[in-house]
Amino acid sequence: MNWLETLRTAIDAVRSHRLRSMLTMLGIVIGISSVVLTVGLGLGAQDEVRKQIDALGSNLLIVSPGSSTNSSGVRGGFGSASTLTLEDASAIADRTVAPDVAQVAPTTSTSTALTAGTTNWTTRLVGTTTNWPSVRSRTLASGRWFTDKEAAAGANVVVLGSEAASELFSLGSPVGQTVTVGGTALTVIGVLDKSGATSDDSNEDDLAVVPVTTAQRLTGSTSTAVSSVYVEARSADVLSAAYQEVNAALLTSHDVTSAEADFSIATQDALLDTANSTNRTMTILLAGIAAISLLVGGIGVMNIMLVSVTERVREIGLRKALGATPSAIRRQFLIEASLLGVAGGIVGSLIGVVGALVLPSMIDQPVSISAPAIALALLVALGLGVGFGVYPASRAARLTPIDALRSE
Amino acid sequence: MSGRTIIELEAVRKTYATGSLSVEALRGIDVTISEGEYVAVIGPSGSGKSTLMHILGCLDVPTEGRYELAGRDVSHLDEGALARIRNQEIGFVFQQFNLLPSLTALRNVALPLAYAGVHGDERTRRARQALDRVGLSDRADHRPGELSGGQQQRVAVARALVTEPSMILADEPTGNLDSVSSADVLQLFRDLHDSGRTIVLITHEPEVARQADRVLAIYDGAIRDRQPEGIAR
Ligand SMILES: Nc1ncnc2c1ncn2[C@@H]1O[C@H](COP(=O)(O)OP(=O)(O)OP(=O)(O)O)[C@@H](O)[C@H]1O
Ligand SMILES: [Mg+2]
Repeated sequence: MNWLETLRTAIDAVRSHRLRSMLTMLGIVIGISSVVLTVGLGLGAQDEVRKQIDALGSNLLIVSPGSSTNSSGVRGGFGSASTLTLEDASAIADRTVAPDVAQVAPTTSTSTALTAGTTNWTTRLVGTTTNWPSVRSRTLASGRWFTDKEAAAGANVVVLGSEAASELFSLGSPVGQTVTVGGTALTVIGVLDKSGATSDDSNEDDLAVVPVTTAQRLTGSTSTAVSSVYVEARSADVLSAAYQEVNAALLTSHDVTSAEADFSIATQDALLDTANSTNRTMTILLAGIAAISLLVGGIGVMNIMLVSVTERVREIGLRKALGATPSAIRRQFLIEASLLGVAGGIVGSLIGVVGALVLPSMIDQPVSISAPAIALALLVALGLGVGFGVYPASRAARLTPIDALRSE
Repeated sequence: MSGRTIIELEAVRKTYATGSLSVEALRGIDVTISEGEYVAVIGPSGSGKSTLMHILGCLDVPTEGRYELAGRDVSHLDEGALARIRNQEIGFVFQQFNLLPSLTALRNVALPLAYAGVHGDERTRRARQALDRVGLSDRADHRPGELSGGQQQRVAVARALVTEPSMILADEPTGNLDSVSSADVLQLFRDLHDSGRTIVLITHEPEVARQADRVLAIYDGAIRDRQPEGIAR
C-alpha cells in the first residue's frame, strides 16, 4: 500500500470518527493558538517600545543629570538633578569639543497649570531651544515654531502638544489664542503633530513647549539646570564617537573622573534594551505557559490515539488478515496522527492570527503576527502528531492478527 | 480431483496458556489437502475448528508441529512474509462478515488489492468484477450498514476472491444467515470450487458440510477423516 493510499485511508478514518478527531485536534488547536497569540503579544509589545523609542528622534543620545551608577545613596547631591546645566549643553554643542555632534537640545521640564479662558489644564511645561523639533523629529500640525530671536528674548510664545491643545481649546484652532501661566499670558503660535510615543513615563503629546528663558521666567527659577539634554549625532555610524565626545566633554567641564560621573548618557538602543528586558521576561513566561498547553495537547493526542487503537483492534486484525504488513499498519496510524496534528496546527494558527487581528481593539495592546512563530507552531504540531502517534502506531502494528480479530 | 498438495499439517499442536491454566485446543493434527479440493471441517463447539483455521490461514502459529503451505514451511516466516501470504494466497470469509463499516462495499472488496499494491483504476475494475461475481454490482456504493446479512457475507466472499487466491478459508460463513442467504453463499463456494479453488469450510451443520467433497470431523482437538458418505445423506 503506497503513501497516497495510506493517506486516503487515514483521511477516511479521521472523517469517519468526526467527534474523536475533533477532540484530538482541540488540544493542539488550543496549544498552537495560544503560542501564536502569546508570541504575538510579546513581539507586539516590543515593536511598540521600539516605535516609541524611535519616535524620540534618530541617532539620539539622551543626557540626564545624576549618576547612572547610583546604587548607593552615599553620593549625595546627585539626586537633586541640578548637575546638568545649559552651560553643559553649549559645551557639547561646541564643534571643536564634539565634532560628531550635529545638534543639541537642552530641555527643562516642570509640571504647570495652564489656563485658556475658563479651562484649566495641568501639563508639562518644556523649556528648550529652537532645534528641539529637529532633534526630536517632531513636526507641527499648525502654526509655526518659535524663532531664535524669540528664544533669545524669552518671548511669551508657546507651542502646544496635540493633547494639551485639544484639552485647552476644544473648539476652533488654538493658534493665535492665549493661554496664561501664573498670570503671564502666552500666545499660542503652533500645535505639534501627534507623537504617540511616551518617554520618561511622560506623555509626549501632553506638553507645552516654550523657549528655555521663558520657562525659567515662568517658573521663577534662577538656576540654569536642565532635566535632560538631547544630543543628535551626525549619523548612526558616529553615534558611539559622539557618545565618547559628549562623555569626555562633560567629565572635563564637571571636573570629575568617570567613576564619579554625575550624569548619565543613554542611547536609544540602551533604552530599548532596558524596556525589552522586562518585556522579554513576560514573553518567555507566557510562551512557557503556551508551550505547556501545547504539551498537554500532545499528550491528549497520544491518549486519544491509544484509545483509538484499542477501539480499532478488530479493524487492525482484519486489515492484517487481508494482508496488511506491520509497517503498513504503523504507517496508517502515523499518518492519521500527523494529519490530526497538522490540521490542528492549521486551525490553531488561523485562530491565533484572527485573535492577533481582533485582540488589539479589545485590550489596547498591539499583537503582531509573526510568520516564523506560525511556521514553528505548525512544525511543532506536526512533530506532536508524529511523535505521539508513533507509540500507539507501533503498538497497533505489533498485535497478532488473530488476537486483534478475536478482541471485542 | 487430486492435484498438488497445497496444505500439509504434521503433528500440529496448539496450546493456549492463560495464566496457570493451559488449554490444548489442537492435539496432534495430521492433514493433507490437495489443490482444488473442497473440504468441510465439522465438529462440536469448542472442538478446535477455528483454531485450526487460524493456523491454516497463517493468522496464528502452531505451538508444535509443522505446517507446509504450497510446499513452503511457514512456521518460521516473519509477520511481513505471512502478511503477503495471507494477501496473495488465501481468502478469508468469517462468520461475523468483518467488513469495515466506514467503507463502501466496493472499497471493502478493494482492500486486499490495496495491500497487494494494485493501483487505482485496475483495483476498482477488479473489485467491481468480484462484486459482479457475487451478484452485488448494484450495491457497490452501499456501506455494510445498508446491506442485509446475506448481502454483507456475499461482499465478504467477493473480498476473499478479489486477489484470485488459490485457497479460500471460511469459518462458519453461514452461521449468521437464514436458509435462503446460506444457500446463496454456499452456491458461491460451489462455483469457486468449480473454477478450481481449494476451499476449506468450517461448520457445525452437517447439511452445510455435505456441500464438500471431503469432510474432516474434529473432536476435542483431534481429527477423524471421513468421506461425505460417512454423514447421513
Ligand atoms: N485465545 C484463547 N485462549 C485460551 N483458550 C482458547 C483461545 N481460543 C480458543 N481457546 C480454547 O480452545 C478450544 C478450541 O476453540 P475453537 O475456537 O477452536 O473452537 P471451535 O471449534 O471453533 O468452536 P465454535 O464452534 O464454538 O466456534 C476451546 O476450548 C477454547 O476455549
Ligand atoms: Mg469457531
